[in-house]
Amino acid sequence: MHIKHLRTTTAFAVAAVAVGALAGCSSDEDPEATGSSSGETSSEAPGGTYTWWDPYPQHEAGSDWEGRVQACGEEAGVTLERTAYDTTALTNQLLLSAQEGTSPDVVLLDNPAVSTLADTGAIVSMDELGFDTSSIDENLLAAGVVDGTAYGIPIGANTLALYYNAEILEEAGVDPASVTDWDSLNAALEAIDAAGHNAITFAGINTEEGSFQFLPWFWGAGADLTELNSPQAVEALDLWVNWVDSGLAPQTVISNSQNTTWEEFLTGDFGFVENGTWQVNSAAEAEFETGYITLPAKNGGAAPAPTGGEFVMAPVQDDTARYAVTTQIIECMTTPEGFVETADTFAYYIPPTAEGQDQFIEAHPELEVWVDAVRAAKGRTSDNLGTDYPIISEQLWTAVNAAMSGAQSSQEALDAAQEAAQSELG
Amino acid sequence: MTTTQDTSVANGAERQPRRRAAWRGSAKGSPFIAVGFVAPLIAYLIAFYAYPLYRSIDLSVHDYNIRAFVQGNAEFVGLENYVDVVTSDLFPTALWNTFVFVFLSLVFQYTIGLGLAVFFRNKFRLSGVLRALFLVPWLLPLIVSGSVWAWMLNGDYGIINSFLAVFGVDQINWLTDPDTAMTAVVIANIWLGIPFNLVILYSGLQNIPEDVYEASSLDGAGPWKTFTRITFPLLRPVSAITLLLGLVYTLKVVDIIWVMTTGGPANATTTLAIWSYREAFGTGQPDFSPAAAIGNLLIIIALIFGFFYLRMQKRMEDH
Repeated sequence: MHIKHLRTTTAFAVAAVAVGALAGCSSDEDPEATGSSSGETSSEAPGGTYTWWDPYPQHEAGSDWEGRVQACGEEAGVTLERTAYDTTALTNQLLLSAQEGTSPDVVLLDNPAVSTLADTGAIVSMDELGFDTSSIDENLLAAGVVDGTAYGIPIGANTLALYYNAEILEEAGVDPASVTDWDSLNAALEAIDAAGHNAITFAGINTEEGSFQFLPWFWGAGADLTELNSPQAVEALDLWVNWVDSGLAPQTVISNSQNTTWEEFLTGDFGFVENGTWQVNSAAEAEFETGYITLPAKNGGAAPAPTGGEFVMAPVQDDTARYAVTTQIIECMTTPEGFVETADTFAYYIPPTAEGQDQFIEAHPELEVWVDAVRAAKGRTSDNLGTDYPIISEQLWTAVNAAMSGAQSSQEALDAAQEAAQSELG
Repeated sequence: MTTTQDTSVANGAERQPRRRAAWRGSAKGSPFIAVGFVAPLIAYLIAFYAYPLYRSIDLSVHDYNIRAFVQGNAEFVGLENYVDVVTSDLFPTALWNTFVFVFLSLVFQYTIGLGLAVFFRNKFRLSGVLRALFLVPWLLPLIVSGSVWAWMLNGDYGIINSFLAVFGVDQINWLTDPDTAMTAVVIANIWLGIPFNLVILYSGLQNIPEDVYEASSLDGAGPWKTFTRITFPLLRPVSAITLLLGLVYTLKVVDIIWVMTTGGPANATTTLAIWSYREAFGTGQPDFSPAAAIGNLLIIIALIFGFFYLRMQKRMEDH
């Protein structure tokens, strides 16, 4: 009898655990159904915990950025729980959480992904939260606008330029001010090559970064994203391909990310590098003297560079009472003072409003070039591309990669890209 | 095995009457007890096998664009995603790349693994330490080994090219030339797979009785004859399972290729697994439906080889 008793108990215990496990599975869906009841408790009492996601895993707990985020939470009277993902992972996590009904309260998202996410209906519009977005620079806000409604506010903006190694340019007898169009750039690159240095490096990796880096040349030649195989587009791609073929740029550009490219430049053996505002500090700390010029368009003048930077957004919540605090948190990030503070924290983010930019230039007169570059920059999803942009961009980076690796000629690669983009867009 | 069985039988004979009484007493409760014991396993299988598989099939027969994914109202499209995938321009390329990648990886992993296993069969000083060192590739996180290989194979600064340059070989752009990129990732993957093959084949060798070798050496068999007539045939069942596991594992390799080339340049290293991953997570524009369709095709391919293996095993048992 003793044995039997023990057995039955064990069996019940095992069964109970199993049932518990099953219940655990089904209760995953509960937050969706009963979300409002659990949400109410947190919204009744001021305070509570709000969630915040951003794409800056490099800024860990205890960093200036973390402090900046927490200060906004404190101001709104809540604790912010911050989670950082890299950009691609963040988009995926957002989609999954939107599907599960577990979206964060506030999210910072890379600008080309904003329209895609807004299109899912998982983002609250800025109108609904009561924000006036009219003071934001139009070229910067464009990435967050779908059908005339803004779904986010840029917390800052960055863009691309050509950094140079002043020592190498001097040795090769190149005056950076003389580089104003493609011809003068090519002449400068050949002079650097003749002096025995690597002339230029950039990121041609087959991801969004590759498209981001290629766009200034693409737009600078007068090409348009709706026609990937135009003669101007082919000309722009040929420029890159020729640099690789003639050895002005190293083979590594085919697989370089922007970070790798910057590492190459920091070795001190490269004349030019195409990179972004976010390297200003690193450039100043380099072991050699550096400078930067705007990316030249084919026939002179500044090429329109794509804008980079994150938008602050509020994903839809079951419990709409949470929006009041969410609004306060976003407010804290988007006042002119808030923009300048963010810019100071990162040391590279240019405020997206005229007022913020003026305050920023006052504090950092040396960065005025970057402010001008951001004002001239162009959103990747602008020109009414919106959610079409990621599809076109994928084809563009595939073509750039194929042409540079020698698998196809520029014309063939871009023809294929245009055809693929058209068939995907229907 | 036999000894343990013997003791249990002996003990069982002693206890049997009491046990039988216990069972009779609880006859009513026994089905519940049975269910109780099976339930955890069933729950585990449902949660971690059946549901993901169902979800994967569900994704592949609906048109989940991003909006539908969030709102959960994807349109049912039947096998359209599969048709799109199979008729896509990329499909023949990806299929061929998958074949090349898996075939070359398996052939070299197995051959080198077997060679090393036979080598280590002869115990010598430090053989244990050396064998342990061969396991290092297995222990390293893939992101580390992938990055290191990419770095070593770098066309401009890679150590492999500077080594080859000593022998007058021109710069090979391993990872950025469509003609060599596949070779580069296969080399890295072979290196990764050798420890697995070594360990399983080595333990298989331990099961070959020593007296067979003694008999063959008395009959005057040389090392090569011993290998072809004794080691290899007796190792056949272990070889078959090694190759099958290697195949399943290699079919779904994403990480090493993704870290080294992201499937490029110009899709030269895009296998079916890479294609699926890229559709789902690689572009910032997730297309879960075609990704799931490609993933399911991979499952089917692996299943075909699984059945092939089962048939082969049955044939061996029948002999």
